[in-house]
Order: sequence, then C-alpha cells, then structure tokens
Amino acid sequence: MSQPSISKSMTSGESGLAVVFAVTAFLCVIASAKALDAPFAFHAALSAAASLAAVFVIVNRYLDRPAALPPAEINGRPNYNMGPIKFSSFMAMFWGIAGFLVGLLIASQLAWPALNFDLPWTSFGRLRPLHTSAVIFAFGGNVLIATSFYVVQKSCRARLAGDLAPWFVVVGYNFFILIAGTGYLLGVTQSKEYAEPEWYADLWLTIVWVVYLLVFLATVIKRKEPHIFVANWFYLAFIVTIAVLHLGNNPALPVSVFGSKSYVAWGGIQDAMFQWWYGHNAVGFFLTAGFLAIMYYFIPKRAERPIYSYRLSIIHFWALIFLYIWAGPHHLHYTALPDWTQTLGMTFSIMLWMPSWGGMINGLMTLSGAWDKLRTDPVLRMLVVSVAFYGMSTFEGPMMSIKVVNSLSHYTDWTIGHVHSGALGWVGFVSFGALYCLVPWAWNRKELYSLKLVNWHFWVATLGIVLYISAMWVSGILQGLMWRAYTSLGFLEYSFIETVEAMHPFYIIRAAGGGLFLIGALIMAYNLWMTVRVGEQEAQMPVALQPAE
Amino acid sequence: MSFWTRHQVFEKNSIILIVGILLVIAIGGLVEITPLFYLKSTIEKVDGVRPYTPLELAGRNVYVREGCYLCHSQMVRPLRDEVERYGHFSLAAESMFDHPFQWGSKRTGPDLARVGAKYSDDWHVTHLTNPRAIVPQSVMPGYPFLSHSEVDPDTIADHMRTLRTVGVPYTDDQIASAGADLKAQADPENAGPDAFNKRYAKAVVRNFDGKTGTPTEMDALIAYLQMLGTLVDFKIYNEKANLR
Repeated sequence: MSQPSISKSMTSGESGLAVVFAVTAFLCVIASAKALDAPFAFHAALSAAASLAAVFVIVNRYLDRPAALPPAEINGRPNYNMGPIKFSSFMAMFWGIAGFLVGLLIASQLAWPALNFDLPWTSFGRLRPLHTSAVIFAFGGNVLIATSFYVVQKSCRARLAGDLAPWFVVVGYNFFILIAGTGYLLGVTQSKEYAEPEWYADLWLTIVWVVYLLVFLATVIKRKEPHIFVANWFYLAFIVTIAVLHLGNNPALPVSVFGSKSYVAWGGIQDAMFQWWYGHNAVGFFLTAGFLAIMYYFIPKRAERPIYSYRLSIIHFWALIFLYIWAGPHHLHYTALPDWTQTLGMTFSIMLWMPSWGGMINGLMTLSGAWDKLRTDPVLRMLVVSVAFYGMSTFEGPMMSIKVVNSLSHYTDWTIGHVHSGALGWVGFVSFGALYCLVPWAWNRKELYSLKLVNWHFWVATLGIVLYISAMWVSGILQGLMWRAYTSLGFLEYSFIETVEAMHPFYIIRAAGGGLFLIGALIMAYNLWMTVRVGEQEAQMPVALQPAE
Repeated sequence: MSFWTRHQVFEKNSIILIVGILLVIAIGGLVEITPLFYLKSTIEKVDGVRPYTPLELAGRNVYVREGCYLCHSQMVRPLRDEVERYGHFSLAAESMFDHPFQWGSKRTGPDLARVGAKYSDDWHVTHLTNPRAIVPQSVMPGYPFLSHSEVDPDTIADHMRTLRTVGVPYTDDQIASAGADLKAQADPENAGPDAFNKRYAKAVVRNFDGKTGTPTEMDALIAYLQMLGTLVDFKIYNEKANLR
C-alpha cells in the first residue's frame, strides 16, 4: 500500500493553505479588534478561530497521513474520494432540520404573533431570511455539492480533483452559511431576498465558489469517458450561472472595511431588476438546474433504466438555461419597471413552461418498463413524485407570470404556496430521494436501515405538503380577492386588517403542514443515522474507498 | 452531419460547454438590464425627490435591518383598488436614491410606499412598541427595543459618503453637517431647524418619539416612515409628460 521509501513532505497545497489561513487568522484578529460594530467583531473573531482551526487541521492531517497521497486508481479502478461527500451529506441533513424548524417557527409566528417575543433576534423579519437561506443554500446547497461530487466522479470514472480543495469547498461553504445565518440574527443583511449576506460573506462565498468550479471542472477534464454525462452539463450550468448571478447582484461598497454595513451599487429600478434577475435564477439554476442534474443521475440509477430520451435532454438543457434567465421581471409586474421589460419577462416565463415539461417528461418516462418499482421502492417513489411536483410548479409558475393572474396573486400567500410546492415537493423530495441513495453508496452500505421508515417519511411529508400548499392557495386567492372587493356602492369592501384576520385559520393549517414535513425529515435523519451506524457493509466492493476523515 | 452529431462538440469538450453556457445565459440579462441604465424614459422627470436626511437614512437602515420589506411592500401598482387604498401609484423616480430598493414582494401587512403623514408620530410609537395595542388583529412583531437604542450621529456622515460614491447626490455641505442634522431633525426646540431645512427642503422637523436627548432608533424609523411617499406633489405632477 503506502511506500515507506518516499520521504514525506507537505504538498504545496498543504503548506500554502496553512500559511494563507495563518495570515487570515492574524488579519481577522486585527479586524475584530478594530471593528465598528458588534456583529462584525463577532464574525471577525469567528473567522480568526476558524482559520486557526484550519491551520491545525491541515498540519494534523499532514502528520497523520502516509507519505504518498491517495492514488487516483487502485487495481485499475478509480479510487473515489467520499470524505467531502459524507461531510456535505451530513451537513445537508443537519441544516435541513434546522431550516424546517425555523420555518415552522415563523409560520407559527404568523398565526400567533406573541412568538416573536418582542426581541430583535427572534422577530419574523430576522428569522425569515434564516429560514430561506437555511433551506435553500444550507440544505439545498449541501445536497448539490454532495451529489455533484459523487456524480462527477462516478460518471467520469475519475477521482475528485485536488486533495485539500474538495475539503476547502465543503467546509468553506458551510462556514459561509454559519456567517450568513448568525448575521441575520444579529441584523446583518443587505435586504436583497435570497442574497441577504453582507459584503464580507459574499466575498468569501466567491472564493469558495470559484474553487468549487475548479474542482468540478478539473474532475470533468480528467474523465475516462469521451462524453460528458448529461447530469454534469446541468451541474456546470448551475455552478457557472450562480457565479455570474452572485457577482451581478451583489456589488456593494462597505461603509468601512471594519464594519458590516454596505450599500449596494445599484439603486432603485436597476437594483430591483438586478435583484429579480438574480432571484428568479437562483430558483432557475440553484433550485432547478442543479436538482435536474440529480434527477438525471439518480432516477435512471435507482430505476435501473436509461434516460428516456438523450435528444430530449439536449433540447431540455439549452432551452431551459436560455429561457430561464429572461423570466426575472415577472416578479415586478405592474411596478415602476418599464412595461417592455415586464412583457419580455412574462413572454419568456410562459415559454419556459415547455422546456420545464420536457425535463419532467424525460424524468418520468425514464420509468418506462419499471413503473412496478414504485410499489416496492419508496425511495424511487419519492424521486418520481418530486418530478411530478416539478411539473406542477412549472405549470403554476408560468400561469402566475401572466400579468392578469399576477395582479391577483402577487403580494399574497399564493406566491408562498407556489414556492413551497416547488421547494418542498420538488427540491425537498428529490433531495431526500438522492440522500437515501447516496448515504448507503458513500458509506459503503448494502442498503438503507429501513425502507418502512422511508415509506412513513414519504406519506407524512406528502400530507404535510398537501396541507401547506392548499392552505396557501386558499389564503392567497382569498386575500387577493378581498383586497380588490368593492361594495355595491363602489367602496372598497374590506379594510386591510380584515384581510389579515381572514388568514388566521390558514396560517394554522400551514404551520401544521410544515410540522409534518419536519417530522418526516426527523424520521429520515434517524433512518440515515442507523444506516451508517448499523448498516451491513457492502461486500463485493473492493477496499477502494477513502476512510472518512 | 446531423444536429445531434454536431452537438457532440459540447459533450466532449468541457471548456466549449462552459463557453456555450455563458453565452446562452448572458443574452437575457443583457437585453433586459442594460437598457434600464440608458433609456431616458426609464425614470420619470419629477420635482421633489431628494436624498434621505441623515435621520431618515438611519431609520431606513433600521427598516432594512429588521427585515420590514419581508412583509411590507413599497410599491403601489396602478390598479384601481390599490390606488384607492394607498394613493397614487409609485413612480420609478420615487425610489431612484434607494440603495438597496425596498419594493418588497409580499404584503403580510399593508403597502408602505405612501404611509408618510398618514398616522401621527404617537400612533407609530405605540404601534411599533406593541402593534396589538392599536390593531388587535395584527400579526406584526413588536419593536419595543427601538426606543432604548440610540442612533450614532458620528458615523452617519460615512454612510452618506458611501452612498455618494454609488450615486446618491449628497452635497459636501450635507455630509459635513450630517451629525448635527441628524440631531436637529428630531429636536425642534433648538436653533438647528433653519439651517437643516436649507439643506433638506420641506423635510419634517419633529421630536418623533416624544423623548428628549440623542435621537433613538424609534425617532429615526418614524422619521423615515413619515416621509415615505410624500416627496412628489401629485397635484402638480405632469402625468401626461411621463406616460410610458
């Protein structure tokens, strides 16, 4: 195995990164001492501590490792790197539960406002970005990183590029989440939806994201297959476009380099357009393209069927990424944004229906000849139902982008319902399905601890989603209709507060639905935990896997 | 060679694939965003819109910090019921100095684009401290802590300087007297107001939270809320000249 004759020395990556982190720790201590506000001082101190910990871990890892780095291949088979995948999978489950829990809390706050406790860090306005970021970027992001690192290795038959780089990506990304999340609680926010983190968190994310792209790309370049697998196109589009969106939406000038507050470069109408160009494509590329990559790998794999149509996937890919980017202005219908932009946004949003359903058909029809598996395999059922929810949301979305529909739906809970049919039904279920597959694969287990528990998770969560979205449909449409209701004498029929009051029962139903979804995730966490703890080792695989680090 | 065979150039070369992706995703954004920076019709020509006073700016920062935009829009749409409920539909010009914009996307509470001068300062103090003391059915969180937190008059000039760099037309005079102006706007008893009003025409000078001493975040937030939507005088606004 390891050859004792090789003299052991630090790689340039190890020594370089250790030095960079040591310098960062020093700079962060200074920043913490000179900080103008308490949250910045806290974040600088946290970064200093994390940098020191990174130096320690890098050096310690070097001391513990054999002289030679893990080989790219063992006995002619790729030596896949599973460590970062395990880490991200674990973090995904952790953040998922945290995010669902905060979601349940803020849903309950809308039903019972006393739960805001009159404290700054427990009020709805600060917890809501915590919820959205925790579920989208922390849960979803970790699922995307874990699955992309798995899929790119397997489909390229090559070990993940880099030694420390993949670890830098997964740990660095989760540190970004930590800074962003604690920042929200302390009132550090840019107030741009789904891009709330302040300038220093944004800078850190930029570095992490570039390394993510490089690791992914370098692995693709090392591939043993002539073709780049479909799922990897979608992962690449997701990674590249998120980088572009992040840089376009976030240019900001800090008031001081020792303070958390910054002012975004764009103002008013341009800022609004940049924001929703970003916001809608965070949906389009983070929550759609990335998870479609999961669909294109995990459904064929689990169903043991090839993708329904390779040509459809080509059309699906280019049409989807071309059309999505135009759809942003439908978030700004009837606002001060010029009409021509609104019309373009609406037109492209409606066209977007087609590639979306093309993708759905490609995912569903992959089951051709294997539909019977839906009865016996609850994991596959979860994956397939996620695609059905995807189809539903991508029909509802174009419909809501039509200006007349939007004039009713916008600003109401209908939007929230639409988002959650996509987020819980599509992103949630496809992630759960992928993790149910990925955890046994990555930890080298024969099968899941219990398929019965997966079945329970499926039904409890599905019931939760149904309660959630139907409550929001009713409350949203009801509120929209009440706002525009006139009496026979031509006066507005309802005061605003009457429409708030009418929402109360639906907010309770919604919270109950969210609670069920959370319970489902807890069942899942237990199941995955037991799979790793007591699951039977897969026998026929050679000992090619890296030990967890 | 069929289209499908040609497509292999993307499937077999990751760099070409990335370049393809970048080109395809660039088009929509370029077409929709770039013209907004140079088309003259994008922002209406109106009188009265001015940058925020130091106190209003501090209040706006509280509004941003507490995430008010998550439940309150600041964008009245040109629909019959909205114009009747909230007032004249919002103009692009009214938010042209907003970094970041606060149009919002959800109305758990009512639109605030024209909330200025709609309620008394007292109403706001009571409502922000305990919304259900005034509106029993309200689901808004209480913000009693705003009354106990003072606004720092010394750093506000730095904020205005930063905003000037990103395009808000603050004058040297306004930046030089930022700290004094911040205090003056909440302190009508002292000599400040005249000089203050020279720098910020028609800005309201009042003791917003009813307490003496350094302005609190409550003062600042109410000063901001009370000016929202009041800058443009729609009696003299030329609707026809700005039809788009």
